[in-house]
Amino acid sequence: MTHATTDPTSDDDHVYLTLSEASPGPEGEARWAYGTGFADPLLGVDTALPDGVDGADLGAYCLMLGDDALILAQRLIEWCTRAPELEEEVALANLGLDLLGQARQLLTRAGQVDGSGRSEDEFAYWREEHDFRNVRLVETPNGDFAHCIARLLLFSTARHALYELLGGHPDQVLAAVAARGVKELAYHREYATAWTLRLGDGTEHSARRMQAALEALWPLLDELFTAHPVELRLGVDPAQLREPFLRALGEVIAEAGLTVPEAAPLAYVGGRAGRDGVHTEALGPLLAELQVVARAHPGANW
Amino acid sequence: MSAPQIAEQPLEGHFETVVAAEQRIEPRDWMPDAYRATLVRQIAQHAHSEIIGMQPEGNWLTRAPSLRRKAILLAKAQDEAGHGLYLYAAAETLGVDRAELTEKLISGRQKYSSIFNYPTLTFADVGVIGWLVDGAAICNQVPLCRCSYGPYARAMVRICKEESFHQRQGYELLMTLMRGTEAQRRMVQDAVDRWWWPSLMMFGPPDDDSPNTARSMAWRIKRHTNDELRQRFVDMTVPQAQHLGVTLPDPALNWNEERGSWDFGEPDWSELKQVIKGQGPCNTQRIERRRAAHEDGEWVREAAAAYAAKRRADGSSTDGHKGQGDAQGAGR
Repeated sequence: MTHATTDPTSDDDHVYLTLSEASPGPEGEARWAYGTGFADPLLGVDTALPDGVDGADLGAYCLMLGDDALILAQRLIEWCTRAPELEEEVALANLGLDLLGQARQLLTRAGQVDGSGRSEDEFAYWREEHDFRNVRLVETPNGDFAHCIARLLLFSTARHALYELLGGHPDQVLAAVAARGVKELAYHREYATAWTLRLGDGTEHSARRMQAALEALWPLLDELFTAHPVELRLGVDPAQLREPFLRALGEVIAEAGLTVPEAAPLAYVGGRAGRDGVHTEALGPLLAELQVVARAHPGANW
Repeated sequence: MSAPQIAEQPLEGHFETVVAAEQRIEPRDWMPDAYRATLVRQIAQHAHSEIIGMQPEGNWLTRAPSLRRKAILLAKAQDEAGHGLYLYAAAETLGVDRAELTEKLISGRQKYSSIFNYPTLTFADVGVIGWLVDGAAICNQVPLCRCSYGPYARAMVRICKEESFHQRQGYELLMTLMRGTEAQRRMVQDAVDRWWWPSLMMFGPPDDDSPNTARSMAWRIKRHTNDELRQRFVDMTVPQAQHLGVTLPDPALNWNEERGSWDFGEPDWSELKQVIKGQGPCNTQRIERRRAAHEDGEWVREAAAAYAAKRRADGSSTDGHKGQGDAQGAGR
């Protein structure tokens, strides 16, 4: 191909220059602060294990909360390019990024305190299904948009309350993650509440679907408020959050013109469920997909 | 354009003066019908490209091999949805609405960039799309920051900043892979081999086969010809490829001292025409995914509309869905 000698595109040079010199800027910082590796949100936080806190217990607890966030983020990611409207595309990705950021901090903390020195990626990509400690609520398949909203409503309302409690935890890292997460979860709860109202008080069809989603997920709720021995040893009993949670959720459900489900909790398996590594059939395929590339290249850096 | 005939000549004179003086045409200004139609077509196509463009990379979101890469890719997909939103909003200033444009996309009456009809086959494709596809998009879009239509030009300033960020991230991923294992390096070269020619075709047909270029340039919508932009892209990219340690799959690539530019081979235009006509590897699947999302979401949009109507009837406007509620969420 032949072309003119002088570059006719040189008028744009100043723009290219601006682009190549552009730092992420204040706006960019905010976007990237969600744990994409450009800024460490926990910089300066005391990482020493506080007196009286058992490292193995704290590690196990960080895995529970970190796995909840990671697996729910993965489910939200599955919505990408499938949302009902572009605004929801943006919002669901945003929620997924928040949860992914929380997961990364919590898994990293688990590796610091459990004595193994494992990284966030070693936890996410190299553990087997029975080593994941998330509740079953976050792993069940996505279902429709009403399911997505119902799960977000249940999870974010409960997790927001828990993070409020954990803001005062003696472990400075867990407290910092919770303090940061409480603001994020407040938005998730607000988003899920707004959509619960729209779907519940929208059309008859949407109300039926929203009610059906709440009914389907309700049996999975109990696990969030059932204390695991690790939690009790760390002085965080989620059972105390159950009543305030049910009150708050009851108000939203009533305002949406829906009914609080009466479905009984999903049974455990020999007394064990997600927090003990006993999951639903949905987690295996989710992890197979999440881990496949990493496991095809052992030892590789990405 | 409901303006009375009588007023048209002075208005047209004003339009031409503004454009010639490199000033901006704004939504309320008079503009020729064909200028409006050209802009609607171009901005809609650009918006559709952002939205369809989420799919090829989205293919790797659930499988991204590190949590950091997963977060970066998710943030990028979110940016693309955001770009789609500003661009649809810019198109709406010309008197069309988003729902109508989406309908045109899924019925095949409006196009999107053909580059997104190629498959993403390995994780290295994510890096190569950032480097080459976003790089080519930036070459195309930077001049649009000076476009004569104000809302489009302003949208492009913000989009270009974010695109350049994506391009650097893509390149950084490739640098990491090239420093990695033999399998990772092979993956990168394979992705470069597949994406190089489609990237060159993103600038459109050669100038002698581009009938609309002259008019768009006269209107200051377009600033450079397709071939000029393609050359700029090649000249920017060759040194980056050398630094990265990959081979661009063009035996004709050769430094031309006299021109101070790289000579390069002719893309396979017949393949591009096939893709444009709908026979590309992913045309059907991309549109089907968009259609499914749109149709599956219909009951949700209806519910939101019904809810908003009830609140208006109540006189209590608490619904923030289309307003600042979501914008705040998106912008945090």
